[in-house]
Amino acid sequence: MPLSEYLLRLGDDRLILGHRLSEWCGHGPILEEDIALANMALDLVGQANLFLELAGKAEGQGKSADSLAYFREAIEFRNALIVELPRGDFAFTTARQFLVSVFEMLHLEKLQSSAHSDLAGIAAKAFKETRYHARHSADWMLKLGDGTADSHTRVQNAVNELWRFTGELFEVDDVERDLVTEGIATDRSALREPWRSEVTRVLHAATLTVPDDGFMQRGGREGRHTEHLGLLLAEMQIVARSFPGAEW
Amino acid sequence: MRAREEYWAAVGAVLDPEVPVLSVIDLGIVRDMREERGTVVVDVTPTYSGCPAMQTIEHDIVEALEKAGAPRVVVNTIFQPAWTTDWISADAKERLRAYGIAPPSGTAAVATELIPLQRRQDIITCPHCGSRNTERRSEFGSTACKAIYYCAGCAEPFEYFKPL
Repeated sequence: MPLSEYLLRLGDDRLILGHRLSEWCGHGPILEEDIALANMALDLVGQANLFLELAGKAEGQGKSADSLAYFREAIEFRNALIVELPRGDFAFTTARQFLVSVFEMLHLEKLQSSAHSDLAGIAAKAFKETRYHARHSADWMLKLGDGTADSHTRVQNAVNELWRFTGELFEVDDVERDLVTEGIATDRSALREPWRSEVTRVLHAATLTVPDDGFMQRGGREGRHTEHLGLLLAEMQIVARSFPGAEW
Repeated sequence: MRAREEYWAAVGAVLDPEVPVLSVIDLGIVRDMREERGTVVVDVTPTYSGCPAMQTIEHDIVEALEKAGAPRVVVNTIFQPAWTTDWISADAKERLRAYGIAPPSGTAAVATELIPLQRRQDIITCPHCGSRNTERRSEFGSTACKAIYYCAGCAEPFEYFKPL
């Protein structure tokens, strides 16, 4: 059970973030960025598919990645809250992508040496993809932070608003503690300092301020979500639920 | 037992639907192929996690093998080692260039700095005119594996198969 639970977390973080990014398709600020956002969404949904497929196998009840994605309720999702927040403006989407991608890059880099060989292989592939996401969103942090007064204010506000959702990314609970001991999972708490130093370096170069740590929101890993997840799922799941078993 | 040569030849004729000058063997997607009691087992590894061409590729591999006489085909997805553009041969890179896509330059070796702020841009040669006066417009292009570049020499955009 802990393994399938862990894999659900890995899969759900990517599925929900990928869906949020896909909402930009056709609405990007410039054509190149529209394409970039859709490409990152595709990578994330692809990674989610691989992790959820493994989660289904680990659970052993014959569930496919599709059935996990489309036929679970909000309380059964295990993603961190930060990925389900509405996409906001381009500054908000960029700031979230940056904060999460830097975390995932550090996380996946370690997960490549997991004792679980399929998990390690998927992580190795996802790591390389995520490096591009982190670099790309860091470039935009520099452009927006060190850009106009308006872009600076918007991206600083976005970082301030998102900060209280970052603590959850580093939480280790009983589910993960044993898997860490077995060499299967990565110890997220050990990533906090490297993350902070990467994020600080980029924010400072972007003339932005690193917020102080205060109260941190949590609950996604236990299925306690914001109201935004339900709305997202309604849209994401409606076709599969209206036409069960349909293929195209 | 290693699969017989005609099966390898059949799979070698399966092209990437997005980049139809490279076969699935040129790309390094097919890792192994063997015969086990009448069944042809093909080990494939995905390129990008979300690459939509993978499904088509698997379907095309099965079809090609069945046409070549394979009684039963099983496509097995493997994840280790993770796919890299370093597996694309020099000859295949030249075909990419001739097709109008700049091939991956250098190796996909991991940089020491995770997010380089002062990014050294590799000079990517324009596949159309050979000019080195080019610049990156976006790291993401028409497919996950390509970036968009612009050539100041011939004033044309082009795609770059990025190292992974």
